[in-house]
Amino acid sequence: MAIRERDPHTGHMTIGHEWNGITELNRPVPTPVWWFLGAAALFSVVFWVLMPAWPLGDTYTRGLLGVDQRTTVVQKLAEAEQQQAGWRRRIAAADFAEIEADEALMRVVRGAGSALFGDNCSACHGAAGRGGPGYPSLVDDAWLWGGAPESIAETLRVGVNAPHPDTRVSEMPAFGHDQILDREAILQVAAYVRSLAEPVSAAASHSQAVAAGKEIFAANCAACHGDNGQGNSDAGAPNLSDSFWLYGGDPQTVFRTIFYGRKGHMPAWEHRLAELERKILALYIRDLRSWPEGARR
Amino acid sequence: MVAQLTQFERRLALIIAGLMALCGLVLAAFGHRDPIGVHGLIILAAAIGTMFVVISGSFADVPDDSHLGRYYDDPIKVGVVLAMGWAVFAMAVGDWVAWLLAYPEMTFDAAWSGFGRLRPMHTTGIIFGFGGNALIATSFHVMQRTSRARMPDQLSPWFVLLGYNLFCILAVTGYPMGITQSKEYAEPEWYADIWLVIVWVVYLALYLRTLARRQEPHIYVANWYYLAFILVVAVLHIVNNLAMPIALASAKSFPIFAGVQDAMTQWWYGHNAVAFFLTAGFLGMMYYYLPTRSGRPIFSYRLSIISFWGITFFYMWAGSHHLHYTALPHWVQTLGMTFSAMLLVPSWASAGNALLTLNGAWHKVRDDATLRFMMVAAVFYGLSTFEGSFMAIRPVNSLSHYTDWTVAHVHAGALGWVALITFGAIYALVPILWKRQGMYSSALVEVHFWLALAGTLVYVFAMWNSGLVQGLMWRTYSASGTLAYSFVESLVAMHPYYIARAVGGLLFLSGAVVGCINIWMTARHAPGTAQDAVRDRPLVILASRSLEPGE
Ligand code: HEC
Ligand code: HEC
Ligand code: HEM
Ligand code: HEM
Repeated sequence: MAIRERDPHTGHMTIGHEWNGITELNRPVPTPVWWFLGAAALFSVVFWVLMPAWPLGDTYTRGLLGVDQRTTVVQKLAEAEQQQAGWRRRIAAADFAEIEADEALMRVVRGAGSALFGDNCSACHGAAGRGGPGYPSLVDDAWLWGGAPESIAETLRVGVNAPHPDTRVSEMPAFGHDQILDREAILQVAAYVRSLAEPVSAAASHSQAVAAGKEIFAANCAACHGDNGQGNSDAGAPNLSDSFWLYGGDPQTVFRTIFYGRKGHMPAWEHRLAELERKILALYIRDLRSWPEGARR
Repeated sequence: MVAQLTQFERRLALIIAGLMALCGLVLAAFGHRDPIGVHGLIILAAAIGTMFVVISGSFADVPDDSHLGRYYDDPIKVGVVLAMGWAVFAMAVGDWVAWLLAYPEMTFDAAWSGFGRLRPMHTTGIIFGFGGNALIATSFHVMQRTSRARMPDQLSPWFVLLGYNLFCILAVTGYPMGITQSKEYAEPEWYADIWLVIVWVVYLALYLRTLARRQEPHIYVANWYYLAFILVVAVLHIVNNLAMPIALASAKSFPIFAGVQDAMTQWWYGHNAVAFFLTAGFLGMMYYYLPTRSGRPIFSYRLSIISFWGITFFYMWAGSHHLHYTALPHWVQTLGMTFSAMLLVPSWASAGNALLTLNGAWHKVRDDATLRFMMVAAVFYGLSTFEGSFMAIRPVNSLSHYTDWTVAHVHAGALGWVALITFGAIYALVPILWKRQGMYSSALVEVHFWLALAGTLVYVFAMWNSGLVQGLMWRTYSASGTLAYSFVESLVAMHPYYIARAVGGLLFLSGAVVGCINIWMTARHAPGTAQDAVRDRPLVILASRSLEPGE
């Protein structure tokens, strides 16, 4: 079968074999291929000489440059720490008021805080810190546990209902489910609670229920929420007389809250974030409130 | 299909199916508290179905010797159909996964529909279901044609093809139930792995036996590539899947390697799966269908030989580039990186050999979408290997690793190279198999080509952008030395690219559906060739050589 033929298009001979119509030209390997191979091999050899490369029993060639990825990482971490050392020291030493007054330090807080917040907090509190049902907004004026920077830092450290020895503890009892109040009473106290936030419309429509609810409230709720429902940041009991709602202010949700109770969980960050990072976050959250709407990422 | 089998083969088929039914029954009985029980039932059903087909076909007359003067093409037809079926299924799952990444809440809160279970359904379905069936089918065609010899028996090609598809089904049905070894591209558990070993050994034997019967003095280079694919995949598969099942009635097993050894074994496997499954096999395909379709001699015989040995040798060492900057010792990474750089030479030599073969046939490339599929595939092969060698350089990898850049590279290779060369080969093959003058509609081939090309480009550019944006966001520092972006912000930035990718995937998928319709219509309705191409016959001297049953 070995019949060499000349390919009319290229003028080259075939190698003389034919497989079901396929032939191959008897052409040398083009020289650029050899050059290319030589260059790639040269590159490799140079690299082997300079870098750790070939195993030798239980050790390996270290390379002339003495590079090793572990030492490189250690070095880079040290450099990064060096770069951050200045502001780290100042933020750690200063108290909250001083830092808030220092525009240069606050720029650092905004930069570092946004990545910290995005990576650790935004999953629950939203990318802009506006929260959602069950997860408090951190940019409004309503605070469950107090809005002073020290209180916020403490909330971060110990969490709420978290597995931390010092955790903040809070629970809204399940008045209906645990049969402390009957449905009727819950409806009445719910109407009263809603009237605290929207005095005009609610009081007008259900004045009777609101009056009855007020008494039930004084007996059952005031201990935690305060006489006028203004809240108590020691018990994490929200202010019911403002327009901010954690779970929602519509009749249905308020009823559910009172009937089934509530117990929010906020993780404790003491063992996950360094003290400095928690401090930056507390400052960042307070600062977030002053950002114009569109600027919050 | 049974009518072609000899009496001996029919009996053997029954025995094999019976043994499998027994295995299935045992697994189903002892594993009824475990997901393995479901797989036992699937095996049992497949075996009983096979027995039923064999028995009902056994009443047909035993074939006389005249069929030995023709190639055995029935399993190839079924393989092509299976490949297209898997393509549509697995690409649909791929596109689903793509939308899921853009809209992560799309899981209906069910375990089976989570990203982690759907993703391997896509990768296994597409690589093994689509790619594997295409490779098996075309290899049966190529080995017979280039040897001018019929396969030695009628049973083993069916065993290989159907057994292999059973493996794929076990794999893909396992993931939604949570069965996985958690090794990428090697997810199926121990019993499926053992089954694949058996199938693969029969495949290798079938290939070698056909070559041994060849009527040509030399073995054509396409066969070298197919053989490398079969042989190396066998070695990779066995070593990477060495594992101890926790019990014989349980699907769960643990690998015998641990820690960084396990990681290195996995990526030695993973990279060579790319090399010998997604590259060598498809190069074999290219070396047959490109010259036959273009009617041109191979540009250089020597170039094909040195690139074959170059690819085989260099790929083996490159796996560690998947583990840059990890616990893997630095020196292993250096070796992986330098061998990846040298690997570019034979890769480009192969792509160049293919493209230069087209010299003198460029007018055909312009007019014939089938040949154009293969031409563009060779271009994407060159492109993705360049990209791969570039990404293997450690500092480049520090940017690309963990990002969508890798996914862009994968799909430049997978869509642009693997899928396009396969579609080209299938369009060349289908008219031959069904003895038609050509495809039912060459306009539809053209439509498929443009959908596929557009889909690939949209997909790859979207992921390149997304990968770079992601990689750069992760390493941007503010003036005070802290990270400038949170991870969520990089996710938000990727969202539009994810939508673009999913749209590109949809284009690619619709192209494949058009292809299926066209193949169906060709098999059913296209005008047949008048003369049964005399050249498409094995060279046998019937009288002097009668076959033993089961030889
Ligand atoms: C798993 C969800 C979750 C994550 C993550 C989370 N929080 Fe909270 N956080 C809550 C919930 C729920 C509350 C309300 C607790 C309660 O009911 O008293 C809360 C309360 C707070 C409060 C008190 C609000 C107030 O009105 O007094 C602050 C401050 C706060 N979170 C800050 C953070 C910061 C900073 C992070 C990130 C380091 C963070 N949270 C991460 C769920 C979360
Ligand atoms: C033991 C203390 C306690 C008592 C008693 C109590 N609450 Fe609460 N209440 C809380 C706490 C703590 C929360 C916040 C729960 C959380 O953060 O998950 C809360 C939350 C609520 C809310 C949800 C506010 C919002 O913003 O969505 C309503 C409404 C409410 N209480 C009404 C009542 C009413 C009405 C009663 C009396 C029937 C009552 N509470 C009695 C502690 C108490
Ligand atoms: C319709 C076309 C396709 C779409 C929409 C698609 C989509 C996807 C998606 C969304 C992923 C997951 C990426 C991630 O984890 O971020 C993926 C991964 C993958 N796909 Fe596809 N795909 C398609 C076609 C193909 C084809 C034809 C092949 C192979 C022949 C393929 C091989 C792979 C592989 C190997 C991975 C894993 C990549 C890795 O781990 O880096 N895909 N695909
Ligand atoms: C010269 C040839 C090639 C080289 C040197 C190469 C190199 C690389 C590198 C460096 C990575 C990234 C590893 C990481 O950062 O995790 C990669 C990933 C990948 N490449 Fe290639 N590549 C080549 C050709 C191809 C081809 C032709 C395909 C065909 C489809 C392909 C498929 C893949 C796949 C599927 C992955 C993803 C693996 C994973 O799941 O992480 N590669 N390759």
